[in-house]
Amino acid sequence: MSGHDSKYFSTTKKGEIPELKEELNSQYKDKRKDAVKKVIAAMTVGKDVSSLFTDVVNCMQTENLELKKLVYLYLINYAKSQPDLAILAVNTFVKDSQDPNPLIRALAVRTMGCIRVDKITEYLCDPLQRCLKDDDPYVRKTAAICVAKLFDINAELVEDRGFLDSLKDLISDNNPMVVANAVAALAEIQENSSRPIFEITGHTLSKLLTALNECTEWGQVFILDALSRYKAADAREAENIVERVTPRLQHANCAVVLSAVKMILQQMELITSTDVVRNLCKKMAPPLVTLLSAEPEIQYVALRNINLIVQRRPTILAHEIKVFFCKYNDPIYVKMEKLEIMIKLASDRNIDQVLLEFKEYATEVDVDFVRKAVRAIGRCAIKLERAAERCISVLLELIKIKVNYVVQEAIIVIKDIFRRYPNTYESIIATLCESLDTLDEPEAKASMIWIIGEYAERIDNADELLESFLESFPEEPAQVQLQLLTATVKLFLKKPTEGPQQMIQVVLNNATVETDNPDLRDRAYIYWRLLSTDPEAAKDVVLAEKPVITDDSNQLDPSLLDELLANIATLSSVYHKPPEAFVTRVKTTAQRIEEDDYPNGSEQGYSDATSHVVDGAASPPTSSSSSPYTATRQSAPPAAAPAPAPQVPDLLGDLMGLDNSGAIVPADQPAAPSSPPLPVLLPASTGQGLQISAQLTRRDGQIFYSLLFENNSQIPLDGFMIQFNKNTFGLAAAGPLQVPQLQPGTSAMSLLPMILFQNISAGPPSSLMQIAVKNNQQPVWYFNDKMAVNVLFTEDGRMERGSFLETWRSLPDSNEILKEFPGIVMSNPEATLDRLAASNMFFIAKRKHVNQDVFYFSAKIPQGVPILIELTTAVGNPGVKCAIKTPNPDMAPLFFEAVETLLKA
Amino acid sequence: MAGAASALFLLDIKGRVLIWRDYRGDVSSVQAERFFTKFIEKEDDPKSQDPVVYDSGVTYMFIQHNNVYLMAASRQNCNAASLLLFLHRLVDVFKYYFEELEEESLRDNFVVVYELLDEIMDFGFPQFTEAKILSEFIKTDAYKMEVTQRPPMAVTNAVSWRSEGIQYKKNEVFLDVVESVNILVNSNGQIIRSDVVGALKMRTYLSGMPECKLGLNDKVLLEAQGRTSKGKAIDLDDIKFHQCVRLARFENDRTISFIPPDGAFDLMTYRLSTQVKPLIWVEAQVEKHSRSRIEITVKARSQYKDRSTATNVEIELPVPSDATNPNVRTSMGSAAYAPENDALVWKIKSFPGNKEYMLRAEFSLPSITAEEPAPERKAPIRVKFEIPYFTVSGIQVRYLKIIEKSGYHALPWVRYITKAGEYELRLM
Repeated sequence: MSGHDSKYFSTTKKGEIPELKEELNSQYKDKRKDAVKKVIAAMTVGKDVSSLFTDVVNCMQTENLELKKLVYLYLINYAKSQPDLAILAVNTFVKDSQDPNPLIRALAVRTMGCIRVDKITEYLCDPLQRCLKDDDPYVRKTAAICVAKLFDINAELVEDRGFLDSLKDLISDNNPMVVANAVAALAEIQENSSRPIFEITGHTLSKLLTALNECTEWGQVFILDALSRYKAADAREAENIVERVTPRLQHANCAVVLSAVKMILQQMELITSTDVVRNLCKKMAPPLVTLLSAEPEIQYVALRNINLIVQRRPTILAHEIKVFFCKYNDPIYVKMEKLEIMIKLASDRNIDQVLLEFKEYATEVDVDFVRKAVRAIGRCAIKLERAAERCISVLLELIKIKVNYVVQEAIIVIKDIFRRYPNTYESIIATLCESLDTLDEPEAKASMIWIIGEYAERIDNADELLESFLESFPEEPAQVQLQLLTATVKLFLKKPTEGPQQMIQVVLNNATVETDNPDLRDRAYIYWRLLSTDPEAAKDVVLAEKPVITDDSNQLDPSLLDELLANIATLSSVYHKPPEAFVTRVKTTAQRIEEDDYPNGSEQGYSDATSHVVDGAASPPTSSSSSPYTATRQSAPPAAAPAPAPQVPDLLGDLMGLDNSGAIVPADQPAAPSSPPLPVLLPASTGQGLQISAQLTRRDGQIFYSLLFENNSQIPLDGFMIQFNKNTFGLAAAGPLQVPQLQPGTSAMSLLPMILFQNISAGPPSSLMQIAVKNNQQPVWYFNDKMAVNVLFTEDGRMERGSFLETWRSLPDSNEILKEFPGIVMSNPEATLDRLAASNMFFIAKRKHVNQDVFYFSAKIPQGVPILIELTTAVGNPGVKCAIKTPNPDMAPLFFEAVETLLKA
Repeated sequence: MAGAASALFLLDIKGRVLIWRDYRGDVSSVQAERFFTKFIEKEDDPKSQDPVVYDSGVTYMFIQHNNVYLMAASRQNCNAASLLLFLHRLVDVFKYYFEELEEESLRDNFVVVYELLDEIMDFGFPQFTEAKILSEFIKTDAYKMEVTQRPPMAVTNAVSWRSEGIQYKKNEVFLDVVESVNILVNSNGQIIRSDVVGALKMRTYLSGMPECKLGLNDKVLLEAQGRTSKGKAIDLDDIKFHQCVRLARFENDRTISFIPPDGAFDLMTYRLSTQVKPLIWVEAQVEKHSRSRIEITVKARSQYKDRSTATNVEIELPVPSDATNPNVRTSMGSAAYAPENDALVWKIKSFPGNKEYMLRAEFSLPSITAEEPAPERKAPIRVKFEIPYFTVSGIQVRYLKIIEKSGYHALPWVRYITKAGEYELRLM
């Protein structure tokens, strides 16, 4: 059924546009249709035919569906350049949206949504409202998507006209396709809004799982992707969900399979029964393997995802390493990813076979693949101690083939193997030295030089070998120069004879006087000083024992891994980067609504700053074709108060991604009964009935955030999540917040384990902690807490008197800072000392001074920063003088706060 | 998690835009073309061959078919698996419409292409890719277009792959069970991986909305029914079904029930990773006599029962790229030198079970070689064959029940065939 449309591309010589204009206004239908086709053809090849706008729009009122579609297409393309004329089309659109033919009704509303012109969108509302309730499912499914389109252009309009509710109603539609599109639209809207719009409750969950069985393959993907955000309440619910999703693993569509895998993995985090988990792993393996029979592009996506999956659940594919062996005809991008997974799955059991494969690959022709294969052998050696020797012998075999780049790559990895197993395999150095003169790549050269320097005492002619490099010192790349410098120093320290002595002169001279490279110069000067002042010290520094390396180069950080696993099948999982790192389409309209919700309050600067930053990051594309888009953005009111912005651009993104960290803490664990009530941080009046009280506490050497949630609103609240902004100590949640559904009038306690040094804020130290809490029913709440620094005091803070004195003396006087606590009375020193000791502030000594007592304490905060404290007071009388001496005097204000809190308690 | 495509591009081999459809107004064709033309130029960089690439805020996902690239662009965290698969489906749709998808056919049918792009995707979300159903309301021949055309029920139905009211005089079903044997043998003669990928390919010519039920000698099913099967029952590793099969039902009681699409489709595919004995074993010995002559001796042995016969056997033997003057003798079949593939292709029309054939070939090599010998391309020996009336797995169709409310009687025809898939033996 081949067409002959290409004839429309050919044009006559004389003035094309006037001719088309004439034809468009012809009285003959066929001629008009041909003319429109010519216009579209011209548009396709990139000619500007926007000047024919009125003439084309005049052809819009036609009975001919094909012609109508062409005119609509023209409108989508040129309406934004002719916004005033586009209004001419509105009448026909509105009329078409009431046409008896559902195809035309859907076409009208679909096209109107694509025209991103404000004036048109106003007229879109009424037809859209009708179409959302149309009798024909084809029209409804089109209308559902159209709501998302409208939201993208004008979010307020969507909210004002209640389209969100109509869209939510469609989730209960009896037609599966309509349900799927409604889910896709809602998920998209949710993504671009900071308010909870699309919550998946237990009820919607079961409805969607039912629709899953009936809708098209693409619809199944929408639903599975949306549902993977759902957090089951407990293990039982998780198991139920998984049971209903597992049949999808049998679907022929790879995207359905991957999205089902994502959902199962998410729910598995909650499942406690090891049998069930094992069984699920077993079930997921075959479908994952089958993905490798798909088209190469899909294989690529699958492999990037499998890479993530085996990091979290290595057992799933532990026995399937063979399926990742490269086929001769695999595209290079597939081979590279397979190699990466083979390294991950390599074990003592299969290493022989894996090495055979790597060796095979290392003799192929594709240079990059070969290099990666050689590197893979090295990484296996580092990973598997028992196989290291076999790996090395394979590397030596490869070196013997004498293919230049193989040799160089092998030497680079052997250097790493030496770092991993020091003093174990030097017997091969002689073999390596044979290839010395063939090395021409900086990294390989640098590696070889490192080896020579490191084992200078075992290599008889180490000085000769290094000397051969010295001649070309000035021409070598920086990497090689640095290694050469260090290696020569090592040689000299190990063999302080005449030869090396001369060499070191040459090198130091070259590296200080003759170079412009500051790194090299600085390193050379340090060596020079060391060598001239104290050669023994130089030995201690230069020949110090090096920390052993491990192969973690390709292991992802656990929290990032969590986030990526929640994004299986998406670009995020392909890039191995969180979505914020590359998503550039950010909505500004949504932020406007958020601002309306927080009309005042001292924390305003915080949320404003959020929208402000997002605004800036949005950077709309500035090509002329997107002018209306730009206009929408500009119309967004500029964020108020330019507040000293704490940077929280991805606070919300993180909130969404947080839901699957591994740690599980029982939510109902009550706080110690004796402890005083927690301070209220979010009063019910601000939190629409939700009250949050919280405080940091320390228990058994671990920091917790003790939280109390009270629901005074009329609705049950669930899906609580928490996020901490950057702060001085980088305090952040170590796991997800575990709060059960809160019925109205009930409350729940939660102990959230915390970790330090996650997101450290720059700037002067501050005890301010900014927290965001979110649930499925309410907007995000932001509130502040003052960090009680004393919870950071570690258990090992006790100092011996001697070392206390020594530390005190070693710190300059400028590090001593004084503060008075006028209101505090110490009436019972013993009790106070006990209490302080319980909080890891340890008593060292006491002395009398005139009529006052002077107490000395020590404490320590993580990363070993000591704090020395001197308290001077007259027992029983108000007023305590506190002096603090610490290497970090700028933290002193925080410590004063801590000491004051402890004394008051 | 939500995300969709911003635009779809159909590009020529140089990366220039032929036709594109803008869904979201945030990626322009100029931008995409500028990026992609540059991108495909730098072939050497292995990074540049990834099918998913990022450039100034936009992710491009693409596949190639003949002289056309199909590409989706997005600014969001969209579902990459879904979009790439969608592009492959798009190829199928175009092929159904234009027989062959290439630059020419796209130009010749640009009006229909635009119509299709409007229907199969909305606002960047994949909508509907069943070519057969699409062709019911988007036609290539404009003049046949009826104004009162309606969207076929199927588009939004739970049964989205079949329209109602199909009529055949003679109701028939053809079911082909095709098994492909994939095997990889390393240079030590060790089988490092072997699996069988099977497909049940159906062609249905059935009236109305027939309910079908397929019975296989599936071990899990037979055991569940408490039957100790007389014949062999088989254990399938991973089964994938066409979307017409009710997956929940299969999960429940292993029943394969479905309303089939009209015409040809793959009802199910399965995989079997048990070690299979290589059906055709090939051993090659390469001897380099002096610098100027190379001799290859090849033994091919069939390792299946006498009553089966492989047909169209093709054994592709790699030879050095600078080999000349072939001199070949075979004990069966014919061999031809294919210098364009650096291979010698040995064809045997019919290869009965338990037989062994030989080939001996001699080539001249140039006496002058490069100073630094570049590593040789190490292609494996590749084998193609077909063995009719035979399956490696032993899968059997026990029954195919077809029930339609009009009560007609339909005839199922079943055929079995095994062929070579990726059948590679690495040279010593």
